[in-house]
Order: sequence, then structure tokens, then C-alpha cells
Amino acid sequence: MSAINRPSAGTLDPPLSRDIVVVNPQGLHLRPATAFAKLARQFASSVAVCRDGQRANGKSQMELLMLAAESGARLTLEVEGPDAATALDPLADLLAAADASDD
Amino acid sequence: MDTRRGTPVSPGVAAGPVLLLDTEWFRISRRKLRTADVDAEIERFRTAMAAAATEARQEQQNIGKQLGRQYGAIFEAHAMLLEDPAMSGEIELQIRTDEYAAEYAVSRVIRRYAKAFQSVGSSMLAGRASDLFDLERRVIGCLLGDRREELKHLTAPVIVMAHDLTPSQAAQLDPSKVHAFVTEAGGRTSHTSILAAALEIPAVVGVGPFLEDVSGGDEAIVDGNHGLVILDPDDATRAQYESARKTYVSFERSLDELRDLPAETKDGVRITLLGNIEFPHEAAHAVAKGAEGIGLYRTEFLYLSRDSDPTEEEHYKAYCEVLSHLPAGVPLVVRTLDLGADKFNPRSEPVSEEQNPALGVRSVRLCLQNLPLFKTQLRAIFRAAVHGDIRILFPMITTMRELRRCKLLLKEVKEDLFEDGVPFAREVPIGTMVEVPAAAILAGPMAREVDYLSIGTNDLVQYTLAADRTNEHVAELYSAVDPAVLFLIQRVLDEGRKAGKKVNVCGEMSGEPFFAALLLGMGLRQFSVTPHSIPEVKRVIRSLTLTEAENIAREALLLETASEVMNYLRTQSRRLLPELEL
Repeated sequence: MSAINRPSAGTLDPPLSRDIVVVNPQGLHLRPATAFAKLARQFASSVAVCRDGQRANGKSQMELLMLAAESGARLTLEVEGPDAATALDPLADLLAAADASDD
Repeated sequence: MDTRRGTPVSPGVAAGPVLLLDTEWFRISRRKLRTADVDAEIERFRTAMAAAATEARQEQQNIGKQLGRQYGAIFEAHAMLLEDPAMSGEIELQIRTDEYAAEYAVSRVIRRYAKAFQSVGSSMLAGRASDLFDLERRVIGCLLGDRREELKHLTAPVIVMAHDLTPSQAAQLDPSKVHAFVTEAGGRTSHTSILAAALEIPAVVGVGPFLEDVSGGDEAIVDGNHGLVILDPDDATRAQYESARKTYVSFERSLDELRDLPAETKDGVRITLLGNIEFPHEAAHAVAKGAEGIGLYRTEFLYLSRDSDPTEEEHYKAYCEVLSHLPAGVPLVVRTLDLGADKFNPRSEPVSEEQNPALGVRSVRLCLQNLPLFKTQLRAIFRAAVHGDIRILFPMITTMRELRRCKLLLKEVKEDLFEDGVPFAREVPIGTMVEVPAAAILAGPMAREVDYLSIGTNDLVQYTLAADRTNEHVAELYSAVDPAVLFLIQRVLDEGRKAGKKVNVCGEMSGEPFFAALLLGMGLRQFSVTPHSIPEVKRVIRSLTLTEAENIAREALLLETASEVMNYLRTQSRRLLPELEL
């Protein structure tokens, strides 16, 4: 049998989103972006971080960095997919953390 | 076959495979792939990215252990960037749709990100651009693997082609492996060009954009005599250049045989032949070519390509190194800093724009306005002079007052050294360069103030004829044998003789065989030339009697235009030195 028009996993679950303010004084710099992307890649869901209409793939540090999110920037986190509900909290916490590179 | 034209800056001909360099010293092939090879190239790229990420993780471990986890985390971020889906996706797209070789696609994409980082207006991001360059180097290093060819580790002869080379990059070229170089940018007077001549490898610069049409490994011929770059030469051209090269090499060999013969005219007048150098190690080469000493050590390279002024110790080491390459008791003339404010400004001073740099704050003027900088060099010269026959040469002296200020400064420096209890030579001969018409006119009084004079013909011609030789629209005016220039040179030679002081000529003019006979006839007894011209000048000297040279000079000085002088000298050298017509 040939492939059937199967809806992608993502469309089965509604996208979840949360607004977050960057509090890290250095902004969303290399290490926090890396930590975030690293975590995001562990989920099957698609992860996006938006700022002023600019949309970054949350699994790409490069795109996250290109948001140039300095301290105080307002971001929207969007998670869509089978494990979106599990992914949202830890991702949001990491994005909001004072400094993701702190141990 | 494709011939490009540029500015010839160093003579000779070389043929061989091309090594393309980008500014980071990596070989970046702008090669296009065959469509059939695209999949294999993407596989090669993925393997290299994975290897680069593994390397970065290894570094994360090592640095983490050595300096703490925080520092190691930087390399974890690098590893993650290497695995970044957005970036590798773009690179793969370039390989697939544009059919670029992986090295080139990596370089293009990463550099575009770096540029975006720098232009987004965030200082946080701008600072990350250097991380990206680091990644670029790492991935390309992995892609090249064993083919990675940093210039220092070249195993086979190549022709280096690059957009531009900095002087310090050019200085790294190993003449035994790099047989020629070609750049898109640059001009005759750039320091890189002067360096190519010093390294004695053929070089053509200022070719304009052409690297897009070349791939690493292509065959090319560089004709440094005529400023030609021949890409992918046909067999006939190749054969023609090969025979020309053989003739040139056998001519050079025949000159080398002259090395141990004295520079003396047929009737036994002894002439002193010295070498001009840019770098300490060239002194050995000059001696090998038959130089009886160094008549001009240009010290500018101590100041260029760096962020801080050289220290007294760095000066001292460089001068001692030159001495180490010279037989004992042989003279070494150290010229003090001779750079224009346009090329160099002491790090402590703000840059000031000049309308007319050639007539502005340069050379000894710059030094006299920056005494700490000047004294640092002078102290080192006095200290090094303990170990050999070092002499000081002041460039661009224009007035007696400047010369006297320099001499006063020497006294001060000696007193300082004495007070500091540092060993130094008390008696160091002092010379002044004659390269401004005012100094030539005042050659008599100047000669009485110093131990010797040295005529710098390049600047003397430029200032006498008010023509910049690098400006093509007035280059026609620029001639070392213009009667006005010859008049001034004659005056300096005469005044030097009257004052009982030696006169040297150290500009490019004295290295031209045509002109050597003329200068000899005008009374010059000491030539300082680039090392590779020494045998040729010696041959001219050895093939004439002084009377013959004096006759040439007498006739030439009666002529009224530069082209008449030039034609006359050509005819004479054809008669006396037929083998020079090469």
C-alpha cells in the first residue's frame, strides 16, 4: 500500500506557548542558547522561540543567537508535538533562568 | 589557457600547481563539483562536521579539567553549533544546489553568520563572531585532513595565489617551496612586494579579481618579469617558458661564479659592494651573493604587522641577529625608522590625516616628534654596536637643524646608557641619507657633520621631479637618469670627496647594470644593492676600465632629457656588455 495522507504528529496536539522575559544580564548568549537547544533537541516536538515577529528554531543555537535577545527582551516560547506538554515547563524554566550556564 | 596581467614586483619565472589561500591561511578551493559527486561531497561534509564536533568535545574535556568546567563549556557550545541543524542544513543546500566544494560552502555559510552577528547591533553577538571563525577553521581542518596545507608544512613546490598577503604572511613563505606568488590586491610599493623581491621569488600583484576562475591544483605560470599570470598554459607556452627559465638559471649561475672575485674595474680600481636587507636572516644571503657588508638594513619590519611598538630588547636582538650572519668586522648600516605617518603611527599618538603624506610627518620627522620611540631604537643600536661594526643612518634629513638635533639625541642616549651602566659602543659612525633635494644642495655642510653620506635614489628622484612613481599618470616623469637628478647626484659625490667622506648609493638605481657604469664614472665607489643584484653589478664593474666609465658619464651628463640619457646608456651597454641583453 502506498502512503496515506497521514496527519503529522504535531497536528494532533494543539501548540502550547508561554511568554518569557530574559533576565540574564548578558542576554540569551552562547552558553544559555546552547543549553536551551541541547534540551530542546531531546523532545520530539518542534520548539520555536519568537521575538517581535522573528521566529527561531529552538533546536538551533544559531537561530536563537540571531534573535539577539538582550536582557529584558520579551520572548514567546512555542512547543508543538506529541511531548509538548512535557517539554514546555523545563524549556520555559531554562529560558527564564538567571544564567543557564551557572551550575 | 587564460592570461591575466598585473604589476610585476619581483622578477623571474615559475611554473607549477596553484595553492589557493584565503586570509586565514587555509587552502579553500572554490571548486565546483560535478553533479554526480554531490552526494559523496555531502557525506564528506557530514563526516567532517562530526569529526569537528568530536574534537570540540575533546577540547571541552581537556580545558574543563585544566581550567574548570565553565571554560570547557565554551567548547561544548562549539560542538553544539557544529551539530546545529540550521547551519549544517544551509551548508548542505549550498553543496547540493550550487554544487560548491564542501570547504567553500562551509566558509561561505559560517562567514555569513559571522557577518550577521557583527551587524545585528548587539555587542554580545558581535563578540561571538570570533567563535564562528574558530569553528570555520576547525571544520575546514577536518575536511582537509591530511591535505591540510599550512604554508609552513608545504611538501611540494607551489604557486601561491591569494586575494592579498600581509607582510608577515609573505615573510612566512618558504622560497624553496613557494616558487611564486600572485595576489588580486596590492601595488608595487606595498611592503609585501618589497618582501617578494627580498625573498627572490617571482611575484605579480594587483591582478584584480581572478581567483574565482582558479582551482587549487591547476597549473599556472607566473612571469614576474612582465607581470603575467598564465592559467592553464598550453604546451607551446609551457615550452617557451621552460627554455626561458633555463637561460635565466644558467645566467644566474654564471653570475654566481663571480662571487669570490673582487669588485674591481679592469684597470684595478677597487669598488665596495654592499647589500640592502629587510630582515636579519637575509644578511646571510647577501654575504653568499658576495656582499662585503650590509649597506642598508631597513628596520621598518620591526614596526609593521603588530599592535605595539617594538621594545629596545626586540631591536637589540634583531641587530645582533644580523651581525651573527655576517663575518666579523664587516660593516652593518642600520637605518632608523623610515615610515610615513600614513603607514605607521606610534601607538601612543592619535592618527592625524595628512593632505600630502610624502611631504608630511614621516621618517626622521616622525622620530623627532616621538622621542621615546626614537630613543628606544637608538639605544638598541648603541648596545648592539658592542658586537660589531654597526653604523647609524638617518633617513630623509632635510635641514642641518634636523641633522644636528639627531646628533644631539645620540649624545643624550649615550649619556643615558652610561648612567644606566649598560654596555654600549662609544664610537658609532653616523651617516645621513641624501634623498631630499635640499640635502643634496647642502651636501657640503652635511658631509662635514657626518662620517658618510648615502644617496637614496628612489626618494631623491620622486622629490626632485615632484612625481610619484606609483601614480601611472605621472610615472613617465619618474626617471633616475633625468639630467636634474644626475646633477644632484654628481654634486653629492663631489662634495663628499671634497670633505673626505665616503658616499654610498643605496636606491634601486645602483642595482641596475645600465646605471652602475654611469655611477661608477661619476665617481661612486660604494654601491649598496639588493643581494640578487650584487653579481650583476659586479660583472659590470669588472668588464670596464675606469676611463671607459668616466667617458660614459661625461657624455651622459651633457644630455638634456632622461630619454636621451637612457638611449645613450643602452647603446653603451650593448657595446660593452652584450650579454646583459637578456
